[in-house]
Amino acid sequence: MTRPSDIFEETAIALLANKARSGLTILGIVIGIASVIAMVSIGRGAQGTIQSSIEGLGSNLLTIAPGVLQPGRGFVSSGRGGAQTLKKTDADALANIFGVRYVSPEIQRRFQVTSQAGNNTNVTVIGGREEYAAVHAMEIENGIFVTSANDRSMSRVAVLGPTTAQDLFGQDGDPLGKTIRINKINFKVIGVLKPKGGTGFFNPDDTVIIPLSTMEKIIAGSDYLSTIAISVTAKDQMAPVKEEASALLIERHHVSEPDFSIVSQEDILGALSQVTTTFTLFLASIAGISLIVGGIGIMNMMLTAVTERTREIGLRKAIGARRRDISLQFLAEAIMLTFVGGVIGITLGWMVAVGISRITGIATIVSLQSIVLACSVSAVIGIVFGYYPAQRAAGLNPIDALRYE
Amino acid sequence: MIECSEIKKSYIVGGAEMQVLHGVTFTIRTGEFVAIMGPSGSGKSTLMNIIGCLDSPSGGSYALDGQDVSLLCDDELADIRNSNIGFVFQSFNLLRRADVLRNVALPLVYAGMERHEREKRAKDALGSAAFPEEFWHHLPNQLSGGMMQRVAIARALVNNPLLILADEPTGNLDTKTGEAVLDTFQRLNMKEGRTIVLITHERYVAEHAQRIIHIRDGAIVEDSSVKNRRIADNHHDETK
Ligand SMILES: Nc1ncnc2c1ncn2[C@@H]1O[C@H](COP(=O)(O)OP(=O)(O)OP(=O)(O)O)[C@@H](O)[C@H]1O
Ligand SMILES: [Mg+2]
Repeated sequence: MTRPSDIFEETAIALLANKARSGLTILGIVIGIASVIAMVSIGRGAQGTIQSSIEGLGSNLLTIAPGVLQPGRGFVSSGRGGAQTLKKTDADALANIFGVRYVSPEIQRRFQVTSQAGNNTNVTVIGGREEYAAVHAMEIENGIFVTSANDRSMSRVAVLGPTTAQDLFGQDGDPLGKTIRINKINFKVIGVLKPKGGTGFFNPDDTVIIPLSTMEKIIAGSDYLSTIAISVTAKDQMAPVKEEASALLIERHHVSEPDFSIVSQEDILGALSQVTTTFTLFLASIAGISLIVGGIGIMNMMLTAVTERTREIGLRKAIGARRRDISLQFLAEAIMLTFVGGVIGITLGWMVAVGISRITGIATIVSLQSIVLACSVSAVIGIVFGYYPAQRAAGLNPIDALRYE
Repeated sequence: MIECSEIKKSYIVGGAEMQVLHGVTFTIRTGEFVAIMGPSGSGKSTLMNIIGCLDSPSGGSYALDGQDVSLLCDDELADIRNSNIGFVFQSFNLLRRADVLRNVALPLVYAGMERHEREKRAKDALGSAAFPEEFWHHLPNQLSGGMMQRVAIARALVNNPLLILADEPTGNLDTKTGEAVLDTFQRLNMKEGRTIVLITHERYVAEHAQRIIHIRDGAIVEDSSVKNRRIADNHHDETK
């Protein structure tokens, strides 16, 4: 029986004897492993970003929107204008449900906003009350938030998200006390929010918040709400509050089926993480194909090696190598190729992931899990794709092999 | 040591059965030096493969050292070849990528021997085959034919086999080098008492053995001891 150190030595000699071929075969595995690592890191990065930004929207948050959310079809409203069903009085009624901490009725519209210096930007303008900040976990960097007094008096005051503030007043400008124009109406800036970090689809930093009443009467000209956000006292109250809110609104709207939908953070998180998981799997499977191609490269190289070394195998068997000695030798070569390819591939994949983050700003996460996965996949590839050639070598009849030309 | 009775061997060639050995019976005692002689294609190598446990006969029985070989599985046969038999093949069959020492030590690798002991034995075997020390670390393709033959002989000796099988060991060599190789076999037989079976088609070479078995068309036509045995000239140093 061969000793492990001898198998290792034989393997090294055999692979070094044909450096170009071994190198190219390893390259196949390197590309496969590196792309798996890089792709999964992009998927994971996206997942992480979305998760943290959704959690940043506020804790224990229920969002009520008009219309019915149907899986796969988006919002479906019952007839034209049917999406306008939520009113401020609904919000006030919801505040009395047990377990509700804050209720924030909101109207959202996109408007062109201009500063006096002439800078303009297209942002989401949100009409909200004092509670908006608490419900959405907004913090003030400078100045103050919209107060209930502002709301009562229909004040023309605005709180800017940090991105909007920068767009309108530049990096160093101080927006406080300045005037901005929303839909041709002047507003005084009373506060700037702390940055929360953007998500792809809705950037809470790129907003302007004004009092709800001002929004209704002066800007939007409509008192139908876009959303009602509810902050719930505790996590275990989420389900009961959701149920009770639903019952209350059905009753208030005199309908039999809900003409609104209530979505919790978990719902969004669940739906989105399903999307990002699919996305990650998709990327990983594309990368996985190149890994399989790399594995086929190994099998091809090993089969060629078995054919080329038929006489050598015959000799080894003639002087006393058992089946296992021969199959182990070839298997060891395949595993050595995938191991080297795996190590280089992980390093390269990692570097690519870091490079992608640096250049494009997309977050990437190289997790221990994906490294372990890549390692075990490459080991499995070595064994699976090396097994058949190794068995073929071991099964050769020494006489036939020695006679082989 | 070797007991062959009614050994038959046939190959299927192009769908038709071709009988190469037609019932060969003989015995070889331990310590004998026997030459198997016959024209090309008479079945010498086929017989050697059977004696060397590389191939199994299609009929008849073969016992090596009292053991019926036909009952053993592949791995058991491999073990027998590894520990009891030394082969010198018609074409040397050295590993191209391995140097002389490693080639010689190869059977011991499969015996699971550790490196130090292995190299010591390989050096001893190279000494017995009169292989010069300064070429120990050369690759086979850097050696002359005569030296490659010695490496092949040293490899056959390294596991201290009871039986050495040499197929045309002088076939590729000039007279002088061939003489030196034959001298090596005679020394191994006389001084160390190894059993040697040498295959050749040349009478001159066969007469270095104690006994000659003639085969023709797969059957023994004559089996007799050599009257005037030749003793090889001891000039192996000139092969360098
Ligand atoms: N694997 C095989 N398949 C088919 N025929 C074979 C096989 N091996 C040997 N033979 C045939 O058996 C016959 C004997 O072959 P063998 O190699 O034993 O001859 P030999 O006496 O050693 O000849 P030489 O002196 O040329 O080496 C030949 O006719 C050869 O063609
Ligand atoms: Mg022959």
